[in-house]
Amino acid sequence: MIQFEKFVLPNGLKVLVHEDKSTPMAVVNVLYDVGARDENPNKTGFAHLFEHLMFGGSINIPSYDEPLQVAGGENNAFTTNDLTNYYCQLPAENIETAFWLESDRMLSLAFGKKSLDTQRKVVSEEFKEHYINKPYGDVWHKMRELAYTTHPYRWMTIGKELSHIENATLEDVKSFFFKHYTPSNAILVVAGNTTTEQVKALAEKWFGPIAAGEKYERNLPIEPKQTAPRTMEVKANVPLDALYKCWHIYTRTDSRYYTTDLIGDILGGGASSRLFQSLVKEKKLFSNIECYHMGSTDTGLLTIEGKLVKGVSMKDAEAAVNEEIQKIKEQGVTDKELEKVKNKTESMMAFEDMSVMNRATSIAMYEQLGDADLINKELEMYQAVTAADVAKECSIIFDENNSNTLYYFAN
Amino acid sequence: MLNRTIAPPIKDAIEFDLKLKPYTFFELDNGVPVYTIDAGTQEVFQLEMVFYAGNSFEKQKAVAGATNFLLKNGTSTKTAFEINEAFEYYGAHCARACYNETAVINLSALNKHLDKLLPVIKEMITDSVFLEEELATYKQNSKQRLSVSLKKGEFVASRLIDAYVYGEKHPYGVYTNPEDIDALNTTQLKEFFKQYYVNGSCVMFVSGKLPADLKEKLNNNFGGLSIKANNEQLPASNLYPATEKKYRIQNDADGVQGAIRIARDFPNRHHPDFMKVMVLNTLFGGYFGSRLMSNIREDKGYTYGIHSYVQNHLQQTAWMISTEAGKDVSEATVEEVYKEMKLLREELVDEEELLLVRNYLIGTILGDLDGPFHIMGRWKNIILNKLDEKYFYNSIHVIKTITAEEIRELAKKYLNPEDFYELIVI
Repeated sequence: MIQFEKFVLPNGLKVLVHEDKSTPMAVVNVLYDVGARDENPNKTGFAHLFEHLMFGGSINIPSYDEPLQVAGGENNAFTTNDLTNYYCQLPAENIETAFWLESDRMLSLAFGKKSLDTQRKVVSEEFKEHYINKPYGDVWHKMRELAYTTHPYRWMTIGKELSHIENATLEDVKSFFFKHYTPSNAILVVAGNTTTEQVKALAEKWFGPIAAGEKYERNLPIEPKQTAPRTMEVKANVPLDALYKCWHIYTRTDSRYYTTDLIGDILGGGASSRLFQSLVKEKKLFSNIECYHMGSTDTGLLTIEGKLVKGVSMKDAEAAVNEEIQKIKEQGVTDKELEKVKNKTESMMAFEDMSVMNRATSIAMYEQLGDADLINKELEMYQAVTAADVAKECSIIFDENNSNTLYYFAN
Repeated sequence: MLNRTIAPPIKDAIEFDLKLKPYTFFELDNGVPVYTIDAGTQEVFQLEMVFYAGNSFEKQKAVAGATNFLLKNGTSTKTAFEINEAFEYYGAHCARACYNETAVINLSALNKHLDKLLPVIKEMITDSVFLEEELATYKQNSKQRLSVSLKKGEFVASRLIDAYVYGEKHPYGVYTNPEDIDALNTTQLKEFFKQYYVNGSCVMFVSGKLPADLKEKLNNNFGGLSIKANNEQLPASNLYPATEKKYRIQNDADGVQGAIRIARDFPNRHHPDFMKVMVLNTLFGGYFGSRLMSNIREDKGYTYGIHSYVQNHLQQTAWMISTEAGKDVSEATVEEVYKEMKLLREELVDEEELLLVRNYLIGTILGDLDGPFHIMGRWKNIILNKLDEKYFYNSIHVIKTITAEEIRELAKKYLNPEDFYELIVI
């Protein structure tokens, strides 16, 4: 059971406190409810570029990193399609340094030209390192465009194309900031060796004076129900053929999410999973295969991806995958299989909660979903999934008309 | 009115009194040493069994790694599937990995399943059978994986730089080619298994919120086996460093980045300079605010990240600078690295920057001692390097007291471009 307290400042900033006296450290985690899905289709990659700019100095403090490091702290941040999260950890005695730094960059950035010029280049190199200069690096770029016709999950967090980042202007940056980086669009979690009383006093002092700003109302286009199978063929300079199949699933807060998550594990979540055992070990059609999803807030994708053994035809490989899909649709799963993936989930949660940093980030992410207490309730929801639920969802999700297939050929 | 330009007062991290929670030690009936850290709030444990079965011990390339990998692929009573199922059913994670001197099995799980899992590990380390079919699949899939990795400049660069520094015949510099994987056979694997696992030397590290009868449980499963403590010297290997120092390699005609590696040989943790160089390295390229990051990423934007580090080897080691930079700015990046070396050799670091590095390092250690697994991680490194807690406390002392003059002297001694191998793979 993870305890926390919550209060809201008059400017709309939600604050959650998780005390843990066993550590000498404090974690300050600020989640902004903005991700790549909130971007203009012609200016993609912005939420992530922005994450970089948040380290380029704020209105009253020229450098974010330096004073934090002087205080013995460390920090990092990440951006997804759904959110942008900043976290730092420092000795609890110096906790106020984090409040000072985080509140100033929520107040306003410095918007320096130099910072933008440099970070555009840095992000371009990041784009190249992870998505261009890597075999199969463009798979998700292509798959997202295939699977989503309307919803902004059509593009990756890094952006649709390099030019969107290269062409970003200071004006774009400013308007993005004032639209999304407001107190009412943020969640502050403070965890570790602290008290609610201390956090309250510090939050009121440092974040309290920040103007509420205009609340951003998310109003994203909804992905229409897919009505026919989609396929795409790619030829690239890679050594092996690969197969990717995706099906649309539910939103993160849908009660059927838990069933879907377990289906992924049963099919392809480890060396004793169905796809691995059947297609890698027994039939030797793939050299590796897995099934996963990304835990997206809006309707996500359940994905099977595998690399084919050299000499195996794409047709045979796909037929074998389809056969496994057919099997789970028709015969469902055994109680033992279900028990296994539930045990795995329980164990994973316990390990994730070992570190105070993870707990802080999790609390923030659950709060963004609408209820921080999900962190304590989710195990029960997984436990409640029955074999009948699995059978039912398999037949809905693995509908041919809901499938997106990418054939990635070595040339 | 709140003045946001003034930083709140801080307690310098160097004023913190860092303590490394001591371990508990016992031996199993067969003399195998066990180190434990009992801490934390979650009902979980991690058991790491370290065997002296790394690639330094193999007579033919790729044998140690294959043996270690196939420990999970079948015993006389269980198929690979059944072994995996035995772990996964209980939500347990059993990882294995092969390094240069050591090879490990790492089991983590909820405490309530401990009794079900230890016998499976016992079976793996006493009764693995290395079936032809399992090896054949392993060979095929390893070669496929290798073919993908070889497309990546960073993979190729990391292999080659080690080969230059240590020599391809040295266990730290050796790398696997497809023909080495082809040459593997089950006879070699079974022999290696018998010598280095069944009758091998082993040390165990257990951490978590541990059960009171842990010793008894471990003894029941492992105390009667023919594994033993490691009392022998590690195998010594000659270095065969390359004579040529600078390399430019074309790996991918369409490559848009250069994988840059710049490295020199360096002594191990027992050398008196080692701890002090850890501070110099942090300043140079060891953290986000380092000289290399500030200049090459934050000022010039040539790269997403650039780092320097000393490799974690037990015997001799290497000091490495590593980055992926834009193709057109790769040469300029190398120049900037040497410029930063020169600055460190010629100019004293000012007290403000030095205090920042001290505070950062102490803060990091403090934060890293979060929970039983991390505490054990520190101890494991100390113990495997045949050091003791003095190493930890002396490191803290060095961080707090090293002077700008000492740092400059170390830079003069170690950061000379002519001593470095230099490689760009595009």
